[in-house]
Amino acid sequence: MTAVEHRPVPASADAPTPPKPMKRKKKLGGRARSGMLLGYLILIGLALIYIYPFIISISASFKTDAEATQNPLGLVPETITFAAYERLFGDVPFPLWAGNTMLVTVVVTLGRVFFDSLAGYALSRLRFRGRTVIFVAFIAILSVPGVVLLIPRFLILQQLGLYDTYGGMIIPLLSTAAGVFIMKQFFDSLPDSIEEAARIDGAGPFRIFWTIVLPMATPALVTLFILSFQGSWNELGHFIVSRQSPELNTLTTGVASLVSGQLGSGNQFPLQLAAAVLMTIPVAVLFFIFQRRIMNTTEGAEKG
Amino acid sequence: MAQTAARPRRGGGIRRGEARAGVLFVAPAVLLTVVFLVLPIALALWVSLSDWNGFQSPLNPRVNFVGLENYAAVTTDEGLAQQNFGTAVRNNLYYVLFVVPLQTIIALLLAVQVNRAMLRGRGFFRTAFYFPSVTSTVAIVIVFQFLFTASGAINAVIGFFGGEGPNWLNDSTGIFHGLLSTVGVTEPSAALAADGPLGVSWWQWLAGPSVAMSSLIMLSIFTTSGTFMLLFLAGLQNIGAEIDEATRMDGAGPVRKFFSVTLPMLRPTLFTVLTLGLIGSWQVFDQIYVLGGGTAGGTINTPAFLSYRTSFVDLAWGQGAAIAFILFVFIILLTLLQRWILRERTPRAFRRRDPQPTAAADAQRATEGGVR
Repeated sequence: MTAVEHRPVPASADAPTPPKPMKRKKKLGGRARSGMLLGYLILIGLALIYIYPFIISISASFKTDAEATQNPLGLVPETITFAAYERLFGDVPFPLWAGNTMLVTVVVTLGRVFFDSLAGYALSRLRFRGRTVIFVAFIAILSVPGVVLLIPRFLILQQLGLYDTYGGMIIPLLSTAAGVFIMKQFFDSLPDSIEEAARIDGAGPFRIFWTIVLPMATPALVTLFILSFQGSWNELGHFIVSRQSPELNTLTTGVASLVSGQLGSGNQFPLQLAAAVLMTIPVAVLFFIFQRRIMNTTEGAEKG
Repeated sequence: MAQTAARPRRGGGIRRGEARAGVLFVAPAVLLTVVFLVLPIALALWVSLSDWNGFQSPLNPRVNFVGLENYAAVTTDEGLAQQNFGTAVRNNLYYVLFVVPLQTIIALLLAVQVNRAMLRGRGFFRTAFYFPSVTSTVAIVIVFQFLFTASGAINAVIGFFGGEGPNWLNDSTGIFHGLLSTVGVTEPSAALAADGPLGVSWWQWLAGPSVAMSSLIMLSIFTTSGTFMLLFLAGLQNIGAEIDEATRMDGAGPVRKFFSVTLPMLRPTLFTVLTLGLIGSWQVFDQIYVLGGGTAGGTINTPAFLSYRTSFVDLAWGQGAAIAFILFVFIILLTLLQRWILRERTPRAFRRRDPQPTAAADAQRATEGGVR
């Protein structure tokens, strides 16, 4: 990629380099050519290392337990069996876990997008006493490491009587300082004139926010949506300390119990791998839909 | 806010209700943060200074204030709690020493390769390297467990070349000890057998990461290098083609160019990646939880997981909270150090263009609750 183009290459990226710098197009000498080849070999080798685990997992999830253990490298199962998947939907409450995760993810994502953009807008555009203090506090909160919150979260949920409820699993995740920060950054970049006309027409702050500013903030909203979806779908720690009933297991806690908990035993690799494959599909789909936005390396704050 | 000065004062007709709306708009986010972040931390601080045993509420009158006793139990008082903490710190320290440099080097290598001017299929490579970063840690651990079993794919490959692989995730031998045993050293000298800091002997401090921890180190590099590759790619795009051309005109080869031009220009990004990696590496929890924490002779335990287990499994709430706070203060210090150095070192122009990677990474960290 040259600096000439400021947009990322399309994801399908067999992008022809733009016809600008001609020197690049010059015939390659022997050394440069072998350098190119070496670079490709390195990249292809690395890409194989990164992709191979996923491919082998998918293939092994269709193997019998015995074959997965004895022949871990084989890419094509000798006998294709759906036993692992049948078990996931039979004696393992996988659908229940998936349902819980979807519920939590949807509510948390909507909540974050709404509350964080409201707060971000106020901190960016509305003048009120204490605005700066609140913003500085949010910045400070950015650096609180999530992992030390496990015990505190459990304590407060217990105090509030929310422990082991959907409320306890969802409400604490509804807003993040990072989300507020991303939205504020974005609203800071919009020109002031946007709201002027509406204000002269006598529209109130919420109406201006809802009908004028928010539609303009689509790029930032999408970024926040992706981050929130991915974050809450993959969240493990919070669901360990906010619930204990098996009925409230999410995909992360449920599948983890397949490995180490009561359900985990022996060489049930196909079962575990099938669970891992299925729980990865939604985030993978989201990733492929939005990958240009996620991996957009030119638009600063828009990166996920 | 420079523009606000030019505006009419609050309460002016056309901007009526703005102050009230502002307060209302931030209220939900502020309320959630206070109730689920500020209050809980205060409550946990109290628990770490008390003898609460998990029954009833930590605020009931029968809970006593015990000062720094819980902190002393894990740091200075000799005993099991101190040893467990010491071992966890040692494990995590080796994890950091290996993960941070390796993930940085690999991320940089990937970024430089993907950024090559004539590369075809750039999108494909970028996707391949970044994909592990979007999947759940739980899923990745399962995949790694499958690859690293005694009879798994990794050992099959090692066997193909005639070696014999270890029983990866259950092997508690420190790799430095392992290297020493190949030259016949299996026992510590008297000096090394003596207790070092935190109730762990010097011999154990010098053990290196266990084979099981080494598998986790590989797992972490696999999941984080893609994220950091993106930050490096952003940095590389700031360098631009003119400089590329100039370097080429001056006749510098690719290696010379990398060390004399690319690396110095990537310094701010490099620093960001190193510190974010450092901050994230002290928060390893998810992987350890999925693997059960107690496996491999306790050599994969980390302070983050130890604080969880001490509280939720052993029900020593005070000690668990104390460990969490020690970790908390330590990570905050690292973060402050990072912000302070970034403020001191980087020229203004760069800061305006480069804070986003930090923000994005911060955001990623905050939404994931810790780097995986």
